[in-house]
Amino acid sequence: MTLSRRAVLAGTGALVLAFSLLPARAQTETGKGEGPRRRGLPGSLDDTPRLDAWIRVAPDGAVTVLTGKAELGQGLKTALLQIAAEELKLPLARLSLVTADTGRTADEGYTAASHSVQDSGTAIRHAAAQVRALLIGEAARRLDVPAERLRVRDGAVLGPGGARIGYGDLVSDALLTAEAQPTSPLTPAAEFAVIGRPVPRIDIPAKVTGGTAYLQDLRPPGLLHARVVRPPSYGAVLTQVDAAAVERLPGVIAVVRDGTFLGVVAEGEWTAIQAMRRLAASARWRETAILPDAADLPDALRALPSRDSTILERGAPGAAGTIVEGTFTRPYLAHGSIGPSCAIAEWTDGGATVWTHSQGVFPLRRALAGLLHLPEDKVRCIHAEGAGCYGQNGADDVAADAALLARAVPGRPVRVQWMREQEHAWEPFGPGMVASVRAAVTPDGRVADWTHEVWSQSHMMRPGPPGALLAAREIAEPFPPAPPVALAQPEGGGDRNAIPLYAFPTAKIVHHFLPDMPLRGSSMRSLGGYLNVLAIESTVDDLARAAGWDPVAFRLRHLTDARASAVVEAAAQRFGWGRGAPRAGRGFAFARYKNLEAYCAVAVEITVDRETGQVGIERVVAAVDTGEVVNPDGVANQIEGGLLQATSWTLFERVAFDRTRVASVDWSAYPILRFSAVPRSVEVHIVAQPDQPFLGVAEAAQGPAGAALANAIRDATGRRLRDLPLTAGKIKAALGA
Amino acid sequence: MTSMILNGERRAVRAAAETPLLYVLREEFGLNAAKFGCGLGQCGACTVVIDGEAVFSCITPVMLAENRQVTTLEGLGTAEAPGPLQRAFIDAQAAQCGYCIPGMMMRAHALLARDPDASDAAIRAELEPHLCRCGTHMRILRAIRLAADAMRPRSTAEAGR
Repeated sequence: MTLSRRAVLAGTGALVLAFSLLPARAQTETGKGEGPRRRGLPGSLDDTPRLDAWIRVAPDGAVTVLTGKAELGQGLKTALLQIAAEELKLPLARLSLVTADTGRTADEGYTAASHSVQDSGTAIRHAAAQVRALLIGEAARRLDVPAERLRVRDGAVLGPGGARIGYGDLVSDALLTAEAQPTSPLTPAAEFAVIGRPVPRIDIPAKVTGGTAYLQDLRPPGLLHARVVRPPSYGAVLTQVDAAAVERLPGVIAVVRDGTFLGVVAEGEWTAIQAMRRLAASARWRETAILPDAADLPDALRALPSRDSTILERGAPGAAGTIVEGTFTRPYLAHGSIGPSCAIAEWTDGGATVWTHSQGVFPLRRALAGLLHLPEDKVRCIHAEGAGCYGQNGADDVAADAALLARAVPGRPVRVQWMREQEHAWEPFGPGMVASVRAAVTPDGRVADWTHEVWSQSHMMRPGPPGALLAAREIAEPFPPAPPVALAQPEGGGDRNAIPLYAFPTAKIVHHFLPDMPLRGSSMRSLGGYLNVLAIESTVDDLARAAGWDPVAFRLRHLTDARASAVVEAAAQRFGWGRGAPRAGRGFAFARYKNLEAYCAVAVEITVDRETGQVGIERVVAAVDTGEVVNPDGVANQIEGGLLQATSWTLFERVAFDRTRVASVDWSAYPILRFSAVPRSVEVHIVAQPDQPFLGVAEAAQGPAGAALANAIRDATGRRLRDLPLTAGKIKAALGA
Repeated sequence: MTSMILNGERRAVRAAAETPLLYVLREEFGLNAAKFGCGLGQCGACTVVIDGEAVFSCITPVMLAENRQVTTLEGLGTAEAPGPLQRAFIDAQAAQCGYCIPGMMMRAHALLARDPDASDAAIRAELEPHLCRCGTHMRILRAIRLAADAMRPRSTAEAGR
């Protein structure tokens, strides 16, 4: 066995054995759905088949819908209530919803990977339809009429002669404890009254009026405030701190130190912050320079040991034609939640209750139970909404911080919010990546050869394992670092969307999975899909240009999936692609997310200021096919958001670091999109697919939006830029070259 | 002891004079809308209005609000009876996570009070200090435009009375 210097990075404390010696855990991004379905039931019913795990009807007729997924600002609550209201034939306002809570809801793993409507929405839809059928059946028995003669409306079953029995009168303790059946009497799309409508989101009124909308706003009685002092760099060890001086400050309840883990609990929030600063000022650390050279990151990544797998090999490579090749790189990217991560924990009766905006309350419970040396049933994790996370931000880590600090002051809830610099320095970044593409096109405009290689560390370092939590690596008896997870195809991790959807006669796709982690990383919206789509769509564009083809027509002739073609055509048509005089500064791109979820095509028109290199986005037009649409405005909102967020990644973003520390610890050092760079107009068109299965949509725009912008920059400047971000400085330099 | 006029009511402040206004609003007065985002005046999530000017409450010591009119989003209406700007944000569904939205709304409130006919370019320029990570920018712009349009006829009518 050898000790790897790099392995230090994976942990945040002591030296550990190199990851490449550990077996990778096989896992899906939601932590569910691995292997064959157990019961043959739709969506998450397969894991949790009892109907009353999803739908409860009280004797007074009140109906509660339960989901193991969480609201992340994506509109999930409203969409799930629409689905339940539709199948229960109840006004949406009469339903209440319970979201992810280890004490109350089904375990649906992580709210991730654009899976929520297909997992939970499908389960709720089928459960609600089956509950409706059971209630009708019960009414038929009581009224002694055939079920076919009964109707449901407004929470009651209606029969001949004005008979009317409310859901609450029909329900009994045993009725809904039944397990779901494989098939359900689903409402056909043509009869939808709630699904498919742009129902206003139920969470927005509180958010725009100062209601209690976020975990950050919860104030349980007796609430204390706490802050942690994080080390200045990965692997830093706390050698000295003057805790006593801080403990004497008025309003300070306790200073907690356990190894390198350091925090302070106080009566008030501002007191906690001041105490944190005093602690930090007195703390001494032993740091190690263990980061790669940021200026040389792509080469550093490719030099790491890798586990290589060929995820697609079709035909014989090496066919003749005009060659287009290039290496695309992205830096580490920050999730950059506007609200730093927050949690509240309370220690009572030898157990912990934790309010968290984690994407996975059940896996977090496992991790916290391990960290706290408690049985799982002594830990309850309840989801409450935080600021948008777009993947794994500091949510899980701050929950561990809160639990450790609450343990020091039993009986009082403790709220911890990270400071901005802590979120920016310590969140698990979207990994830096490299993708190399080499392709050939024949004189008649056919792609003849295609090779794509991608290098990336894990995109899935979420808890379960306690060692995935920062605090668990900092305490005096640290947990071992969580082993790196390589997400498998077809969804993939770093290799997500590395397989092009186009019908190329030969193709070879290689995934170089990097078990080491130069910087802490985990899931960020679309995982490797963003860079892989950008690499594919940039190369396809260049192949079209090399062969003298219009880029949209070139894509269409290589697509065999009719829904893909329809989305490409819709975006091109709405944009007015090819109409009028050709204008410099147009770009087009397409992908089907994971090759399994929503289809999305994007067309962009830009101007480039040749003096400064600055990009002005005139307009963006997107078309999306996400199967059955629950809430069209919700879909549009997600796609609009994805377009703008990916624009920000593409033009501006890069985690900066020296050989020891992450340097981009605020918004001036990590600039993102501001209003001056926002497009003049953005349009989203939905290609309707009634009665088709739900397809995940929340991440579908990321790749196509970035790629369309890169293609527009190529079109405007005549230069193909491949190293993200495509900053004004790089564009200006390319124009001058 | 400081006192300020918070959403129309005079309120005494217990906190020390140098305490950032944000923590006074959230802790002492139990208000939710102004959010901690960066503590550095870089993101705008904490924005409130003092005497008609949008300010970052995270870097404004409470003593600077002494005897001044402090307006937070709570002062513009309630979920049951939303004010015109709040109505417009609901109508435009101008939020995803929504964490940045109260700050954006307060700066828009100050702008529209000062310039009811603010151009789209002026609205964009005014919002430059504010960050939104969800990419809701287009809807935020639309909502402010909707609010401006909804507020203008009434103010014109009132002015004409």
